[in-house]
Amino acid sequence: MTSAVQIASEVRSGQCTARSVTEAALSEVAASDGALHAFLHVDADGALAAADRVDAMVERGEDPGPLAGVPVALKDNLCTRGVPTTAASRILEGWEPPYTATVVDRLGTAGAIAIGKTNLDEFAMGSSTENSAFGPTRNPHDHTRVPGGSSGGSAAAVAAGMVALGLGSDTGGSIRQPAALCGVVGVKPTYGAVSRYGLIAFASSLDQIGPIARTVADAALCLEVIAGHDPMDSTSLREPAPSLTASLADGVDGRTVGLVRELVDGAAPDVVGRVRDAAEALERAGARVIELSVPELRLGLSAYYLIAPAEASSNLARYDGVRYGLRVPADDITAMNVATRTAGFGDEVKRRIMLGTYALSAGYYDAYYGRAQRVRTLMIRAFAAAYEQADLLLGATAPTTAFELGAKTTDPMAMYLSDVFTIPSNLSGEVAVTVPFGAGDDGLPIGVQVLGPARSEPRVFAAAAVLESGAPQ
Amino acid sequence: MTALSRDDVAHVAALARLSLSDEELDRYTGQLQAVLDHAADLEAFDLEGTPATAHPFADRNVVREDTPVACLDRDEVLACAPDEEDHRFSVPRIIGEAP
Repeated sequence: MTSAVQIASEVRSGQCTARSVTEAALSEVAASDGALHAFLHVDADGALAAADRVDAMVERGEDPGPLAGVPVALKDNLCTRGVPTTAASRILEGWEPPYTATVVDRLGTAGAIAIGKTNLDEFAMGSSTENSAFGPTRNPHDHTRVPGGSSGGSAAAVAAGMVALGLGSDTGGSIRQPAALCGVVGVKPTYGAVSRYGLIAFASSLDQIGPIARTVADAALCLEVIAGHDPMDSTSLREPAPSLTASLADGVDGRTVGLVRELVDGAAPDVVGRVRDAAEALERAGARVIELSVPELRLGLSAYYLIAPAEASSNLARYDGVRYGLRVPADDITAMNVATRTAGFGDEVKRRIMLGTYALSAGYYDAYYGRAQRVRTLMIRAFAAAYEQADLLLGATAPTTAFELGAKTTDPMAMYLSDVFTIPSNLSGEVAVTVPFGAGDDGLPIGVQVLGPARSEPRVFAAAAVLESGAPQ
Repeated sequence: MTALSRDDVAHVAALARLSLSDEELDRYTGQLQAVLDHAADLEAFDLEGTPATAHPFADRNVVREDTPVACLDRDEVLACAPDEEDHRFSVPRIIGEAP
C-alpha cells in the first residue's frame, strides 16, 4: 500500500477514488487477516459509505481534507458510535458506544476512512496483544511471534499493508513497543496534545493517543489532524495542533543528542548495536552526540507498575454490570457486581486491579502509591536536567526483537520488562517516537527511540526523519 | 517492603469485587509479590521533601461557561444497559430482603 501522503494527494486531485483505495484495503484485510487477526471488527459498509462521501466532495470541487481516502485502523479502545467497541474484553462484548472519540471524529472530518477496530491487550494492559479476550494477533514478519502490545492490532495492520495509518494508545509504551516489533513508526505525543475523549480509560495521567504509520511523514500528517485542544477533555492542552509536516526537513544539524545509558543497558546486543548505528546516522547529519546517564530512569518500571494499576483499579470500578456491558445476574447488587467482574475481566486485568487496590489501600498507600508518585517527580526533574545538556535523547524502544507467542504469558514480571525503555516518557508526559532502524540477528525489525521535552514534536519528528533516511536497508 | 499473604490477596480481591478460586489465590499471591519485590528499588532514593506528582503538568482547574449543550440521547444510552425499567437503569436488590 502507498503512503498516506500519496493516497491523500491522489484522491484530492482526482487521480484515484477513495472507493478504489478502500476496496483495495478491504480485500487486503480479507486476504491477510485470517492469519494475523489484527482486526476485531471490520466495518466494510461504513468504510465504503465514508469513501463515497469523500469521492462526492471531490466531484463537487470541495476539499475532502488532508487525509482524503486514507484507510485507517482504530484500536478497539476508541469509542465509535454504533460500531462495536470492546477494549478486547468480555465485559464490553457487544457494546456499541453512544458517542464517538474526538480523534475518530477528527480523522473522519479530514477524509480518512475507518476500516475497522483492531485487537489489543484487554483494556490496553499488556505488551504482546496476547491478553486479548478474543485471541492474539500475530507479527506480520513472523507469524510465530507477537506483534508487541498493547496496540498490536494497529501495528500489525499497518505493517502488513492492510491500512496506511493506525491509531493506538500509549500508557507505558503501547504504541511504541508494538511499532518497533512490527517495523513501523509509532508516536507517543506530549500528554494533553491529543484529546482522550472517547478513549476507554486505563491510567488517565499516563494515557495518550497517537499514530502508527509506515513513514515519519505519514505519522506527522496524522498527528496534525488528531492533535489540538478539545473542550471535552479537561487535560487537553489549550493550544492548536503543532505544525509538523513543515518541519520534517529541518534535520538535526547543530542539535545535541544525548545517548542515554539507562535507555540502552539491558537491551540485547543487536538492539544496542542498532542504537549506536542510529547515533552515528545523527552525527553524520550534523548532530553532536553525547553519552548521558540518568539513573532515575531505572526506577520507572517500579513506579509505573504501582501508579498505572492504582489508576486502573479506580477507572475500572465503573464496570459493575449496571449501565452497559456484561451483567451476570445474581440475587443482590454486590453479588451481581462480583459475578459480572469475575466473569468479564481476564487474568491480567484482575492482576492489575488487585495490585492497584493494594497500592491504594489503608496502611500501604504511603509505602507504595505515595512513594511511586514522589519517584515520578524525581524522574520529571531528571529529564529536565538531561534536557539542559541535550536537545533530544536517544535510546532503544524495546529490549529485544519480537518474542515468540507464549514466551512470557506465565511470568507477568518478564512481560512488564518489555516496557522498561518506554515507560519513562509516560511518567514525564513528554514526547517519544520510535523509528524502524534495521533488523536484529534474527532478521526481525528493531526500533530506536527519539525522546524530547514536552511540546517538542517538531524537533523530534525532524530527527525521526533523519533516522528514517539513514536507516539500514 | 512487606510480604504479601494469601489473606491479603483475598482481602484485596473482595475490595475490588472479584471472586478468586484457591488456585488463583495461590498464583496471584506469587505474581503480585514479584511486582512488589521489584518495587523495593524505590526505597533506594531519598525522597525526603520531594513532592508527589499526580499529573505530568501543573495542576489547574478547568472551567467553562455554564452554557447548556446537547447531551447523550436517553434512549440510546439506556439501550446499552443490561436491564432497564421505566427509563431508568434497573438493578437487583440493594437493601433489605429479597421480594
